[in-house]
Order: sequence, then C-alpha cells, then structure tokens
Amino acid sequence: MRPPSLLSLTLDSALLRIAHIADLSHLPDHLVIDLFRRTLSAGKLTEKVLKLFLATGCEEIILAVQLLNIKQPLVPVLPTNSEVDIVIAALQPNLTTFFEAWRPFFSRFHIIVIKDPDMTEDLQIPTGFDLKVYTKSDINGVLGASSINFSGHSCRYFGYLVSRKKYVISIDDNCLPAKDTAGSTVDVVAQHMANLKTPATPFFFNTLYDPYRKGADFVRGYPFSLREGVECMLSCGLWMHNADYDPMTHVVKRNQRNTTYVDAVMTVPLGAMLPVSGINVAFNRDVLGPAMFPGLRLRNEGKHRWDTLEDIWNGLCAKVVCDSLGYGVKTGLPYVMRSDAEAGKALESLKDWEGVKIMDDVLPFFQSLKLSRTAVTVDDCVKELAGIVREKLGPKNAIFTEAADAMVEWNNLWKAHGAQNA
Amino acid sequence: MAGTVTVPGSSVPSTPLLKDELDIVIPTIRNLDFLEMWRPFFQPYHLIIVQDGDPTKTIKVPEGFDYELYNRNDINRILGPKASCISFKDSACRCFGYMVSKKKYIYTIDDDCFVAKDPTGKDINALEQHIKNIMSPSTPFFFNTLYDPYREGADFVRGYPFSLREGTHTAVSHGLWLNIPDYDAPTQLVKPKERNERYVDAVMTIPKGTLFPMCGMNLCFDRDLIGPAMYFGLMGDGQPIGRYDDMWAGWCVKVICDHLSLGVKTGLPYIWHSKASNPFVNLRKEYKGIFWQEDIIPFFQNVTIPKDCDTVQKCYLYLSGEVKEKLGKIDPYFVKLADAMVTWIEAWDELNPATPAAENGKAK
Repeated sequence: MRPPSLLSLTLDSALLRIAHIADLSHLPDHLVIDLFRRTLSAGKLTEKVLKLFLATGCEEIILAVQLLNIKQPLVPVLPTNSEVDIVIAALQPNLTTFFEAWRPFFSRFHIIVIKDPDMTEDLQIPTGFDLKVYTKSDINGVLGASSINFSGHSCRYFGYLVSRKKYVISIDDNCLPAKDTAGSTVDVVAQHMANLKTPATPFFFNTLYDPYRKGADFVRGYPFSLREGVECMLSCGLWMHNADYDPMTHVVKRNQRNTTYVDAVMTVPLGAMLPVSGINVAFNRDVLGPAMFPGLRLRNEGKHRWDTLEDIWNGLCAKVVCDSLGYGVKTGLPYVMRSDAEAGKALESLKDWEGVKIMDDVLPFFQSLKLSRTAVTVDDCVKELAGIVREKLGPKNAIFTEAADAMVEWNNLWKAHGAQNA
Repeated sequence: MAGTVTVPGSSVPSTPLLKDELDIVIPTIRNLDFLEMWRPFFQPYHLIIVQDGDPTKTIKVPEGFDYELYNRNDINRILGPKASCISFKDSACRCFGYMVSKKKYIYTIDDDCFVAKDPTGKDINALEQHIKNIMSPSTPFFFNTLYDPYREGADFVRGYPFSLREGTHTAVSHGLWLNIPDYDAPTQLVKPKERNERYVDAVMTIPKGTLFPMCGMNLCFDRDLIGPAMYFGLMGDGQPIGRYDDMWAGWCVKVICDHLSLGVKTGLPYIWHSKASNPFVNLRKEYKGIFWQEDIIPFFQNVTIPKDCDTVQKCYLYLSGEVKEKLGKIDPYFVKLADAMVTWIEAWDELNPATPAAENGKAK
C-alpha cells in the first residue's frame, strides 16, 4: 500500500481544523470537493461548515448537497425573538439552576424577570441572557400608587404589563424542563407556540384530541363547518412530579407524584370552565392581555402556589371572555417538571385556607355568566365582567368586591402602560 | 373447558369484574374469529351476538363462550311489527342486543377490533378499563386539568370546588382505537395511510353542554342509567344514510346525560382497529349525513329538555317529538326516524318492564 501523499495529509490536516477555517474560496474546485467528501465521511458537516463550502460557489458541491438531500437548517418557523417574551416571577433569590436548565430553550428570547416586591435578598441570575429585572422600585416607578398588590405570585402580571411582544410564556421559578415518554427534553416554548398558532376547536369535542397535531385529524361525525376552528388565545400546560394540588390534597397525598405523561393537547370546549394554573401558561398578549390580571387575592395569600387562587380566578375570567368572543383555550402539553420544594409545608397553610369555600361560590357564578353581545373587545368584556362580579359576588364576600376593583384598576393600568400605544 | 388459558403479558383478573352484571354485544355479518384473541378477557362474560344480513347463514361462535345469538328472523319474531325500528344490513342492528339484555352494563365492540398493546408492550384489557371508568364518578361540571381525578396517581387540581368532588354517576365509557382511526370518508380518501399511533394515557369526562362524536366500536354503558337512549337509529337497507348510527345515539345520549346529570367519559382503553373500510362505499353511505349533520348539530346544541322529563324514556320521547318537528323539515327521513325512536322506546319498555323500585334512567 502506498503511503498517503502530501496533498492527502494536508487535506486531512485541514479536516481536523475545519471548524476554524473561515474561507475556502482560494482553493481549486477539485480540492474543495475532496475536502467536502472527507468532511462528510468524518461526520463533521455542521451548519457553519456547510455554509463555508457553499460559499465557495463550487457547482459540484451545490449539486452534491441537493442530491444528498442535505437540508440547510431554515430560519425556524417558530417565533423569533420578535414575537415572544418569557416572563418569570422571582419568588426565590437563587435562579441559577432554573436559568441554566432552561438556557437551551430560553436563550433566544427576551426574558422579563419580576422580583417579588417582598423579597429583600439580591437575585442571582446567570449571564448570557437577554434579560431585564424589574424590582419593587420599578413597579412603583412605572405605576405610581396602584391599588393592585403585586407581591408574591402576582408580581408576574407586572411583567405582562411591560412586555411588548405578541406572545408571553410564563413559568414558575421552581419548574425545570420535563422529559417526554421517549426521554427527550420538552421544549416548552415550542409546544406553547404550536398550541397558540394552531386553531382551537371549542364547538365540538374531537375524541382524538387536537386534530392539528401530526398523525391526528377530525374524527367521523365532526361537522365540517366547525373544522376551521378559532384562534387560540391561551395555552395551559401541565406539571410532572409535583402537581398543582390544593393544600388539603398535598397533605393527604403527600407522597403522590404525577408520573403520567399524557401525550395530548385539547381545546377546552365552549362553556366548559377549568382551573387555569399559572405555573406553566402562555397567551396571546396582543389580544388577551387586558384579561390576564391579578384579581382575586386571598386574605392570607402566601408565597406557595396553594396559598393563592389568583391564577384560577384569572383563568375563569379569561375563559368567559374567550367563549364570549369566539376564541379558544387549550390545555395539556407541554409539561414542566415541578420540584418538591414546597410539598412539606402544606400543613401550615391549611389552618387558614380561605380557598376551600371561595370556589364553591365562584364556579356557579361563572357557569351561569353570559356577557352581552355589545361587548366585542376583550377590554369591554373585562369591564362588564367586573361590574357583574361586583353586583353578584360582592355581597357574598368583600374579597370579590376587591377583585372587581382590581379588574377595573387593571383596565386602567393596561390603557396607560400595557397597550401597544401606551 | 379444560384448564386455564394464559396469555403472556395480559392482565386477566382472577375474579373477572362484574362477570354477572355485564353483557358483551357484538354485531356481525361474517364470522367471530376475532373472539379468539379476546378469549382471555371475554370468556367469563355472557355474549349477545346480533347477526345482521342473511339469517340463513350460520355464524360460528368459537368454543367455550356463553352466548345468545339473534338473527333477523329472531328480531322479527320477538318484536313483531316493532322490528321496523331495528336497522337491517348495518351494524346499527346491535342496539337490539341492548334491548334484550338483562344485565346492568353493556360492552359493545366491532368484529374487526382486536387487543391493543400499551406503550410497555403489555396487552390492554379493554373491558377492565371500561369497568373502572364506568364504576368511578364523572366530573362534567368543571374540567379537571389532570383528567380523571379518580385514576390512581391523579387527583383534583387546585381550584377544583370541593362541592363537586363527589362527581356524578358515569353512564358511558367511550374507548378509542389505535391503528385505523375512525375517520369519515373524505378524510380517509385524503389520508388513506394515516394510522393512529399516539397512545394518550388519559380518561376524561366530556364537559356538560359539549357534544361529541360517539363511536360504537369500543363502547361501554350503564344500561340502567342510559340504555333506552342508546338507539342506533335507522340505517342501512332502505335508508338514505349509513355510518351515523352511533353518532345519532351519541348526540341523544349526551343531551340526555347532561339533562339528568350523568357523566360521559372518553379516552382509555384503546383497542386495535384492524380493518379500514372502503372509503368510496363509506362516502356513499355518509354523503347525506355530512350535510345533514350541519343542521343536526345545532339542533342538539339548542334543544332543551323540560324539567319534568325525569326518566330516560321521557327525555327520549321528548327528543323524538323535537326531531320530527325541527329536523323533519330537512328531510322526511327524520320523520321516519322520529317515529322509529318512539317505536324503540315502546319495544324497550315491553321487553324491560320497569319495576316500581328501579325505573330506568333515574339517577340517584
């Protein structure tokens, strides 16, 4: 066997450094082709290296790329950073683990972090993100004196207010990426965006769930006139491991963890109410923003999710508004992995838990609610809703009058600070 | 029957649940070979075979099954002139089996449906899952985002009102299908190769006020609670429409369940649907249905059953009147159908005389 030629050794040497070569255009075509062939054999064809070869303009390379069906990674159809903001409410100071875990999925987007106004410690956030932190003084600075209490989990709504993007995705700071049944890490952003960008189907239940998912469709018996669907405004995700239970259930089933990955997204039907959990949620801010507010605040609202009902209240209002205006709400994927940190403390919260009775009053109210036909914008709907809440629920409990006030105040804040032309 | 049959990886309960309270109703026109695969799960139960088509043909039932079989001659003999409400040359005839059963629960399955495997590769005991679904409550008044809260490992989520956590009685358990999905003819023609490969590990209650397309391929229901509403309509021979039998029953059933506060669940279990029917034949059968359903759906969405209809039969008779009046305008078929609905109830009540203590359909 003949020993390798000097040329061959040179090409091999170039191959070793191919990732660092900036320009191949000075090479004669036959050498570029040889190098390309070796790059393919060595498995070193990355997006950058492919661009390098294509930049030479060598026709054989271009032809080879076509024939071998080498796909150039397209600019992702998924939203670019101009469409999405990630809003994170910081209820704990050390967000290093959180952001490092989410880095592959969040690094493309602008991130709005709202620090819980009650927190005194400094936030620890790793670098390398396009990220802005808002603190208590920012909230006061922007809003002045507002009757809305932005402490605790409610601080994230300030993030909704200052965002200027079409879509917002918000996840609790004790959640990490989950793995699906195949073991792949769930891209929570991609799934929420798929949910929001494909139609919802609230008028008739599809037994194969989301008909727009690959491998699925509308089933026999689904009326054709309803197959166009409506625009989805709200995407409610779920949680593996530490599920979003009330404090009673946390105590009684302290060892229970959610291990069932349900591979489905579905539209919540028209007229059906659901408990929207703020732990993992995404929405169309342009349209639904005015309806995404902190309204209901429990008297002893604490820092644990089970101390709150603000997201539940928000979700019920948003659902009524969506139903009224012909928009859709989806639930199901994506999952996040919610950590255990809080589970043991549920017992303390049980003593005073106002939430037990509240929902029993709240739900019948929402189920029988019909907004007037003249309310044709989200804004109008929220205003009308606030009035009805004050009138019908206010007398039952002062907490509802305060909620109505908060809804009206949110309306004002949105006009002044949230709307696109604010 | 000598010895026991064990299928590796299957979960055959040692004491089959509801062995004496559940009948399996199977419509067939060809043969019942598929029962061999189901033997470990079905053998403990009584089968009601409804033989469609030529009554002179003998349908061979595999050895070892306890069954009763009815062909067209039997149906005519038993129902007399009322037999006109039972479809001929369409699997809709299966509802005759519901009528003659004396059990509390019915499970119905098509003869081209086989045992499916779950993602771990284990055989799915569909009947066992249906029984679990139907014996645990439903939650139609508020959607639980973690789906069926009564499943092991799940529960009601935060925000779920405590007053609703007892749930309501479950009247129907609607299972799904892997492999050949239940598409209509136009979709079949556009996507002939699509297979349902997604195992969605959930059972859920269909919310009150929401209609759904009920497929009769893998269906379980409580005969006492909703039986009289499970009429599968006039289809097949001599009728302008086919492949809408289960759909029609499903819309009537859901409206009545909503009225009587009964629950309808959908999701698990999966069966393996093996045969894709001819889409061109299906198109001919479904053709009118595709247009009619545009009017039928708003009809069911807007119908309000009066408060004094407190039994399934009363609700159903009320519906038949509305069908005649409101849908009769679309096509004379609906007038015929409305009459058949009345005939069905008469036949049901004749074969199932109500005892004073337990009137059909009265939810507790």
